[in-house]
Amino acid sequence: MARAATTTDAFNAVAEPRRREILDALAGGELAVNDLVGMVGLAQPQVSKHLRVLREVGAVDVREDGRRRVYRLNGRALKPIHDWVKTYERSWSERFDALDLVLEELEQKEDEDDPGDKWANGDREASDR
Amino acid sequence: MTQVTSGRTATVRLPTDEQILITREFDAPRHQVFKAWTTPELLRRWWTAGCGEMTVADVDLRVGGVWRYAMVATDGLESAFHGEYREIVPNELIVSTEVYEGAPDAEAVTRVSFTEADGRTLVTILVTHATRQARDAHVSGMEVGLQQALDLLGQVAGSLG
Repeated sequence: MARAATTTDAFNAVAEPRRREILDALAGGELAVNDLVGMVGLAQPQVSKHLRVLREVGAVDVREDGRRRVYRLNGRALKPIHDWVKTYERSWSERFDALDLVLEELEQKEDEDDPGDKWANGDREASDR
Repeated sequence: MTQVTSGRTATVRLPTDEQILITREFDAPRHQVFKAWTTPELLRRWWTAGCGEMTVADVDLRVGGVWRYAMVATDGLESAFHGEYREIVPNELIVSTEVYEGAPDAEAVTRVSFTEADGRTLVTILVTHATRQARDAHVSGMEVGLQQALDLLGQVAGSLG
C-alpha cells in the first residue's frame, strides 16, 4: 500500500551512495533510465528501483516522452543537502564563537604581561565601531 | 573596518566527495589561536561550544603523539574522538588522524593550518575521509547534525506533497 514518505525515508533516499550518483547524473539534465544505466553502471532493474525510491520522496520527477520515461532532478531536492551542510556549519560557528571569547582573554592577558601594548588594544576596539 | 566581520562566520565546503573544508577568520595573531587550539585548559572552554562539558582533552603535541577529546552534551549524549599527530609546525600547521569513536572504522586525516595577515588569523581545516559515505556520516553526525537535518529534510519533503 502506498504511504506518505517520512523524513527518514527522504534522508535515506538521498544519503544512499548509488542514489547520490543518480542525482549527480541528473544534475546535468533530464535522462532516461537507459542513459542512467550507462552512467551509473548498474543493471536496469536496480536503477529503476533507486529511481522509484527517489520519486517517492520527491527528489526526482518523471515524464513520458513517447515510449520512454524521462527523469529529472527536482531542484528543491538539493535544498535538504544544502541545509544538511548548513547544520554542520552552524555547529562549527558556535564552536568558533566560543573560541573568540577565549582569544579575547588571551589578548588581555598578553597585554597585562606587556603593558606597552595596551594602547594598541584600545585602538583596535575603537576602530571596530 | 568592514572587513572585521566578513570572515567571522564559519564556512563549510565539500570540495571533493571525500572532503570537508572549514574556514574561519579570527581577530587574533596565530600564536594565540594555535595556543587556544592545543592547550587542554583552553580547549575545554570552546570545543563544546557551550553545548556540554569536555570530559577529556588529551593533547600530546608531537609527531606520533595521541590526542583524545570526549564530551558529555547537555542532553547527556556522550561522544569521543581521537587520533595521532602526523605533522606539526608550531603556530602554522597540525596534521593528524581523526576517529569518531562511534564509528571506529572510519579514520579521517585532518589538516589544520593557521595563516596570519595583519594580526588576524585564518584557520583552514581540511578533513579527508576514505569514502564518501564516511564523509557524509561525519557531516550528518556532528553533535546537532542528524536530527536537525532530518527535520529540515522532512519540511522540504513534506512541502513537495
